[in-house]
Amino acid sequence: MAKPKRIGLKEKYSLMTRGLDWETTYQPMDEVFPYDNYEGIKIVDWDKWEDPFRLTMDSYWKYQSEKERKLYAILDAFQQNNGQLNITDARYMSAVKLWIQGITPLEYAAHRGFAHAGRSFRGAGARVACQMQSIDELRHAQTQLHAFSHYNKFFNGMHGFAHMRDRAWYLSIPKSFFEDAMSAGPFEFVTSISFAFEYVLTNLLFMPFVSGAAYNGDMATTTFGFSAQSDESRHMTLGLEVVKFMLEQHEDNVPIVQAWLDKWFWRGYRLLGLVGTMMDYMLPKKVMSWKEAWEIYWEENGIALFHDLSRYGIELPRHHEVASKEKNRITHELWSTLYQYGNALGLHTWVPEDEELDWMSEKYGTEFDTMYRPRLEFFREREQAGERYFNNRLPMVCQVCQIPVFFTEPDDPQTQCVRIVEWADTKHHCCSDGCADIFRREPEKYVQSLIPPQQIYRGECGGATNIFEYAAWLHLEKDVDTGEFNGSPDHRNWEAWAAEQPTPQSNSDEAA
Amino acid sequence: MADNVFIAFQNNSEAQPIIEAILEDNPSAVANESPGMVKIDCPGRLVVRRETVEEKVGRDFDLQEMHINLVSLGGNVDEDDDEFVIAWNT
Repeated sequence: MAKPKRIGLKEKYSLMTRGLDWETTYQPMDEVFPYDNYEGIKIVDWDKWEDPFRLTMDSYWKYQSEKERKLYAILDAFQQNNGQLNITDARYMSAVKLWIQGITPLEYAAHRGFAHAGRSFRGAGARVACQMQSIDELRHAQTQLHAFSHYNKFFNGMHGFAHMRDRAWYLSIPKSFFEDAMSAGPFEFVTSISFAFEYVLTNLLFMPFVSGAAYNGDMATTTFGFSAQSDESRHMTLGLEVVKFMLEQHEDNVPIVQAWLDKWFWRGYRLLGLVGTMMDYMLPKKVMSWKEAWEIYWEENGIALFHDLSRYGIELPRHHEVASKEKNRITHELWSTLYQYGNALGLHTWVPEDEELDWMSEKYGTEFDTMYRPRLEFFREREQAGERYFNNRLPMVCQVCQIPVFFTEPDDPQTQCVRIVEWADTKHHCCSDGCADIFRREPEKYVQSLIPPQQIYRGECGGATNIFEYAAWLHLEKDVDTGEFNGSPDHRNWEAWAAEQPTPQSNSDEAA
Repeated sequence: MADNVFIAFQNNSEAQPIIEAILEDNPSAVANESPGMVKIDCPGRLVVRRETVEEKVGRDFDLQEMHINLVSLGGNVDEDDDEFVIAWNT
């Protein structure tokens, strides 16, 4: 029997989702939607909005429910089978701690940001896409918490992530990134998060982190990660669609969008330095180097995307070539920084084993061998002599990205890079031309940055007078949550659990 | 030479027929496996065809089922009942 003829996906989607909004008469549209004009973005015809993923609500719930059922079944199995014992070794947990402290709060922030954007656009298609994304992001926060909660029973540093979020110096890096976006208008918000972060740069966050988890025996994070990534594909297409829509609606939008791409490429790239450092240093079993990931996901995939956008008059983001110049360096510079500020970190640091240093020599070549390896070997000598190096002072951080100002000049890896921008009779310090440009473009915004070291000196951090009091104010316990990995409770517990495991038996006949 | 588009799936048995269909319908596509994931790169344009997937999976297939195992993609998306296309406009 012939199948009854059904209407196609495009037509069905259009019938189900269009013509359901209206022009308000009881209040002017501009009062109902007060935020979508002030950024200067001109939209001539909202009906030209195209949903690339034609997902109706019933499909959305159906597929999301299936993902949840699969994910929680795997998390249950992980917990019941003591999955935490399958990680390569307890040093890997620093990657997980970085995630729950640094990234999970961003998922929640994204949930709020997209809820706001989902109310702000006067086009219904854009509103629905943002609302779905808001639910997705809340899902991500929840699934991460569930996945990591099991680890929290066995390893230190994770208990206080919500408290630390607004107080820890290194967590102001991700926090300020998102609050910069959330305090912008809806068009900039979606450009910065859906496009710049979730399209251009997401692969550099999720692919390494999640592959890293898979390589290091962390089934919980791997499963969560791939489950979330399927949501991310929708987010990515939303981002690309918003950017294309703005560029096609009016030529006056092009310079505004270009300025946002320049800003958010750079802010996203700086934030991802933490991920690169995780890849190179926190994974006992390496997936690929930061350098390799940058080459695949930016220099190949990212640049392909900008070639596509060039027909609108969009150019490659400003300072992208600096990112490529720095790819041999930033992870080593950042690890040394985290290592020395270990007394105020909610995750452990250490000097890598020789095998790992050899891997870095292979991946990074002469620059690593001449500039960074000797420093790490010196740290190791100090540790072995019972004088593990800690810097108990406070770093100067960049006024924009809030990373300590340790980066080096793009063309001279042996000279610190600092840019001083004077505004309203005050000197502000930035880590790079990229951040200095961002500051100069919106100085009234960045003079309001809440800079943790400055706040500590002002006595706003529980009145802490030294780094140990500051860590206590963060609810971190000395040398349990903070400090050197070697000899930590995480380390000692791991060795004890490994000793309890049955030795694997060979299948072959002893005598043969 | 055209820039590559890409699509990546979880490396599990549900995604396997989709991956096979893509490699069959897109002769220039190359699949790279890493733990838990298969990334397929293809110059310029890549199509996922419902008919081919149905051949491989042995049942009716809704292309939107891809959402369950999709990890990431790069390129402009166009979707209807029969094809899911990723392409650059360059």
